[in-house]
Amino acid sequence: MAELTKKGIGGFLARQGILVAFVLFMVGFALANQRFIAIDNIFGVIRSSAILGVMALGVTFVVIGGNLDLSVGSMMSFSTIVVLDLHDTLGPTLAIPAMFGLTLALGAFIGFLVGYLKLNSLIVTLGMLSAIHGLTLTWSGGQNMDIADKQGTWFSVFGQGSIAGVPMPIIIFGLLAVVLGLVLSKTPFGRKIYAVGGNGQAATFSGIPRARVVFFTYLISAFCVATAGLLQASRSLGSQNTVGQGYELEVLAMVILGGASLLGGSGTIVKTVIGVLIFGFIENGLLLVGLEFYVQDVVIWLVIILAVWLDIAAKRGRLWSPIA
Amino acid sequence: MTPEKRKDLLKQGAIWGFIVLELAFFSIAGQFLSVTDTVFLSVDNMLLLLQQSAPIGIIALGMTIVMINGNIDLSVGATFALAAIVMLDSMTWPFMQALGDWAIPLSWCFALLTGVVLGAINGLIVWKTGVDAFIVTLGSMLGFRGLVFAYNGEQPTSHLNWTLIDFAEAQFLGLNTASWFLLGAALLLWLLMTRTVHGRNAYAIGNNRDAAVNAGIKVGPHFLWNFMLIGFLAALSGIVFSSGTGSVNPNDGMLYELWAITAVVLGGTKLAGGYGSIVSTLGGVIAIQLLRKGLGYVGAGTETVNLVIGLILIAVLFLDRQLNRKGKEELKT
Repeated sequence: MAELTKKGIGGFLARQGILVAFVLFMVGFALANQRFIAIDNIFGVIRSSAILGVMALGVTFVVIGGNLDLSVGSMMSFSTIVVLDLHDTLGPTLAIPAMFGLTLALGAFIGFLVGYLKLNSLIVTLGMLSAIHGLTLTWSGGQNMDIADKQGTWFSVFGQGSIAGVPMPIIIFGLLAVVLGLVLSKTPFGRKIYAVGGNGQAATFSGIPRARVVFFTYLISAFCVATAGLLQASRSLGSQNTVGQGYELEVLAMVILGGASLLGGSGTIVKTVIGVLIFGFIENGLLLVGLEFYVQDVVIWLVIILAVWLDIAAKRGRLWSPIA
Repeated sequence: MTPEKRKDLLKQGAIWGFIVLELAFFSIAGQFLSVTDTVFLSVDNMLLLLQQSAPIGIIALGMTIVMINGNIDLSVGATFALAAIVMLDSMTWPFMQALGDWAIPLSWCFALLTGVVLGAINGLIVWKTGVDAFIVTLGSMLGFRGLVFAYNGEQPTSHLNWTLIDFAEAQFLGLNTASWFLLGAALLLWLLMTRTVHGRNAYAIGNNRDAAVNAGIKVGPHFLWNFMLIGFLAALSGIVFSSGTGSVNPNDGMLYELWAITAVVLGGTKLAGGYGSIVSTLGGVIAIQLLRKGLGYVGAGTETVNLVIGLILIAVLFLDRQLNRKGKEELKT
C-alpha cells in the first residue's frame, strides 16, 4: 500500500511537477519582493516573453511530432526583416500577408524535406538555419532595416498597442495559445500528431498519413514564427539581420522545460506556456531580488536538468540512471 | 577487399572528392570571376585556410567522438569562451605575473582544466541522471554562458602578452601554430579512436548500447571520458583562438556548436552514433572553410556562403540516405 502511495505521489510529480515548481517560484519571489506580483510587472514579464512564447507554441507541435526545429531563430529574423522592408514598399496591409506567405513557404519546404523525404530533422533545420540566414542577408543587403515613417504608421499596433489595458502581444500570445491548444487536444489532427510522434510506425500501420502530419507541424511552426516576427517588427519598427539568432535553442529549452519529450509523443500547449512563463518570471524575479542578469542562465540550467531528470526518474521508478 | 570495406572507403573518400571538386571549381571560376589577382590554389592560401579552420576544427574533432558515442554536445561554444577568459584573466593574477613568461603554460593549464571540468559536469549528469545529452548540454549551454558573463560582465577580457602572440603567430615547417594544434589533435584522436580499446568501445556503444552493455562494456565512464575530451578540445580551441588576438568577448563562440556539428555531419558521421571517423571530420572542416574562402574569392558575400552551406548540408543528407537505401535494397535481393 505504501508502495502505491509513493508511486501515486511520484506519478503526480511527474505529471504536474513543473506546475508545482512554478507555483513555488512565484510564491517565493512574491514573498521576497512585493513588486513581483504587481499587475504591471506581471504584464511586463508576459509581454516580453510573448515573442519567444509564440515561437515555443509552434515548436511544441514539431517536438510532439517527434522532430526538432532549429531554424526558428533564423526564420524569425527573416520574417522580421521582410515585413519591415515590405512595409515601406507595399504598405503594411499587403506587407503582412506577403511576409506570412513567404515564411509559410519556408516552413513548407522544411516540412517537405522532413515529412515526405523523411530526412533527419535536426540536420535539415540546422542547414536551414544557415540557409535562411543567407536569404535574410541577401534580402537586406546586409543592412539594418528600418521603417521610414515611424510615427505615421498603424503598423506599431501589434507590438505596442493595447486593448482595455492589456498589451497586444499578450492578447495575441494568449489567443494563439488557446487556438493551438484546442487544435492539439480536441481535434483528430492533434491526436494524429501524438500518434506520429509516439510511434511513427504504428501510426503508419493504422492509416495515419505520417508525412502529411509532420508537414503540417512545420507549417504551424512557421506560422508561429511569422507571428513572432510581426510582433518583433511592430514593437521596434526597425531591426538587425540577426534579431532571432540563438532563439532556436532558447525556445527549445522552454518547450522541454514544459515537459515535452524530445522523443516525441508527449507535451501540451499548457505546459509549454508554463515553461515560457517560468523562463520569464525567473529572469524577472531574480532581477527584482537584486541578482545579476547572468544568474538566471545558471538557474535555468539547473531548473531544466532537474525538471527533465525528475520527470524520467518518476517514469522509471528510480532516481539514478541504470547506465553502468 | 570485402564489398563492405570498399563501400566504407568510398564513403570516407567522398568528402575528399568534394574538396578536390571545390578546388577545381574555384580555381577555374576564379580565372573569370576573381576580384583579386592572386591565385586561389596557392600554397600560402591553402596554409591560411588550414589556420582559419583550426578553431571550429578542433571542436569538431571532439564533437565527432561524442557523436560516435551516440551523444551530442551543444555547450562547446560557451566552454570555448570561458576557457579563453580564464586563460587571459589568469595571466593578470599577481602570482602569475611574478612568474614572467612561465605564466603562459600555467594559464593554458588553468584554461584546459576549466574545459575538462565543464565537460566532466556534462558527462556526469548524462551518466548519472540518464537525461538525454541533447537536453543536458542545451541546459549547460545556457548555464556555462551565464558563468562566462559572471566572470567579467559584458566587458571583453583582454590581456596583451607579446610572447604569447609571437607564439601564436609562429611558424614551424611552414605551418602556423594553430594548424599544428589542429593536425596534432586530429592525429592523437585518430589513434585514440582506431587503435585503443576506448575508441572501439565508443563505436560499440554508439552502434548498439544494449548490446555493448551485455558485452560487459561500462557505458557511463566512456561517456564521461568523451565529454571531458570534448571539453578539453573546446578549451584548446579557445586558447588557440584567443592567444593570437589577446582578447575575448563574452559572446564569442556562440553558435560554434552548430558549425562544428555541420562539419561533422558533412564528414559523414552519423547522428545516431556508431559510425564516423576523425579523418572525415577533418575533411568536413576543410570543405566548409574552402567553401567560405572560395565563394569569397569569386566575389560572393557571406549571404551566399550561408545559403550554400545550408543547402549542401541538406543535399548531403539526402544523397547519403539514397545511397544507404540502395545498399539495403541490394541486401534484400
